Amino acid sequence: MTASLSSDSAAAAGDLSTSRVGKAATVSVLLGALVLAALPMVLPNYQVSVLTEVLIFAVLAMSIDMLAGYAGRTSLCHGAIFGTATYMTIWLAQDGSSIAVAMIAGVLMATMLAAVFGMLAIRTSGVYFLLLTLALGMVVWGICLRWTSVTGGENGLRGPGRPEFLNDHVSFYYVVFVCVALITLAMWRIVRSPFGLTMRGIRDSESRMQALGYNVPLHMFAAFTISGFFAGMAGALYAVFNNFVSPSAVALVLSVEGLLMTIVGGVGTLFGGFIGAAAIIALENVVSLYTERWQSVLGAVFIIIMIFAPDGVLGRLKDGFGKWTSRSSR
Amino acid sequence: MNGLSLLQILNGLTFAALLFIVASGFTLIFGLLRIVNLAHGALYLAGGYVGYSAATTTGSFLIGTMAAMGAVALIGLVIERGLLRFVGDNEMRQVLLTLGVTFLLNDMLLVLYGGDTFTVPVPELLRGALNWSGFFYPKYRLFVLGLGIAVFILLWLLLNRTRLGALIRAGVDDAETIAALGVNIRRIFLFTFLLGAALAGLGGVIGGAFLTLYPSADAEILVFSLAVVIIGGRGSLLGAAVGAIAVGMLNTIGQVMFPELAYFVIFGPMALLLAFRPLGLFGRSV
Repeated sequence: MTASLSSDSAAAAGDLSTSRVGKAATVSVLLGALVLAALPMVLPNYQVSVLTEVLIFAVLAMSIDMLAGYAGRTSLCHGAIFGTATYMTIWLAQDGSSIAVAMIAGVLMATMLAAVFGMLAIRTSGVYFLLLTLALGMVVWGICLRWTSVTGGENGLRGPGRPEFLNDHVSFYYVVFVCVALITLAMWRIVRSPFGLTMRGIRDSESRMQALGYNVPLHMFAAFTISGFFAGMAGALYAVFNNFVSPSAVALVLSVEGLLMTIVGGVGTLFGGFIGAAAIIALENVVSLYTERWQSVLGAVFIIIMIFAPDGVLGRLKDGFGKWTSRSSR
Repeated sequence: MNGLSLLQILNGLTFAALLFIVASGFTLIFGLLRIVNLAHGALYLAGGYVGYSAATTTGSFLIGTMAAMGAVALIGLVIERGLLRFVGDNEMRQVLLTLGVTFLLNDMLLVLYGGDTFTVPVPELLRGALNWSGFFYPKYRLFVLGLGIAVFILLWLLLNRTRLGALIRAGVDDAETIAALGVNIRRIFLFTFLLGAALAGLGGVIGGAFLTLYPSADAEILVFSLAVVIIGGRGSLLGAAVGAIAVGMLNTIGQVMFPELAYFVIFGPMALLLAFRPLGLFGRSV
């Protein structure tokens, strides 16, 4: 291991973004946070719980984006990692463990799973990476479905319910809000760190980074595990939120929804995860008012986005914005 | 734990034959078009349902099989000509698009056929068991085994002994040069895609008769096919056969020894293999 996980040379090259875009981004992030903090005061209870879901899934979307946007690897097993944390948390909580202990164990379990998956998946890239992560995620799903004595099979597991002080929708929302804010900050720090920049280097040219002396497999492994750690955090939060888990929490649909949120929000934007999560969950809620065919709609949305806007909605906006600023500065 | 009985070995092999039929279509498309068709599992299930409907209404297993292959090839045509041509050469977009198709198709099948379990009726000739001096084995499963071998031979002959096969193989190696030589490679791509889809449909009918058809059957067969192709390597017929036998046998061993974790047993070898040959046993780098 000659190359350490951090490298200072990459840090200097890091601040590519001009101060203008940087400022605009900062303002919009602060504005977004402010809106998210204020919304529960005006929204009815049900919408607050939908908003809670948005925050949790934004973390999942961002964890996928850490790999897709910054390491150039599209994962289809993050739903399974997420759901593993959910299963572990609920499984322990129903046995009488305190919710905090159960959540920590859930996150640990998810991180361990991500480490194992990472060790296998880092050897591949492109479509093979996608295939392998898909197969790995499906294995988790198969086990959760069949291992009835532990996972309850198709019936799933029911948790003991939230602790007293979190029963109220609004107070639970604020707890999740604070957790998600901290998680987001941590993720942002990571993708902006020398480590994150090295990941971007690997995304752009693996062989060049190798030639520069970076330990590419080690970086990929670390990135996968860290990303899985965050997906696990989202899963543990979801366990408390939903208080119920069934194989659908580890199913491919969840990985795909997470990926769709990432894509809609814009791959490589990190904060786009919030927009993506809000868009997809809002769509899901609206669609389910009219029809039970959410899966069809999800499939159709996926096809349409792949054909018309593979860079995502935010990616499109960013492109437009980039063009606009470069023109005005000329 | 005592060794596997002949019965279990045969079960493993017949399952492998089914896997080969399904995965050979998958690996053909993957090998030539570089498209990972994640809708392959959904095509399998669609084929099974169509085959079930056709076979029960006409009373003929053969017509059911033909209808399934035809219908699924038609769906394949829509996917290839109607959707995939719009995403260009971007592999990732192609794969994710077929993933979208999977969800759409699977949900539509749920609307049409509901959540019940169906079994494709087997013709009279193949019902019952073969008595082999005291050892009984279902005729139908032996038929599946024979069919798997027949499909392997036919595909091998197609790829290695015909002009079309030569063009397909050449396309796998270098599609651009073939196109430059004046061959309409798009047509060969389309043919391969339809052939691969039809094989999924065939698998659906064949599998639907002994594994039954239900809404999540497509995901299960997809994982098995993925495992077969990951083990065997992209675009290799021999790889698909070896991979199918490996996965089929491992799955049987898993079901005998660890019934609840059978799924896990295909994962171990896959992991080992990836550690040493990331492109699979017979895979070549592009």
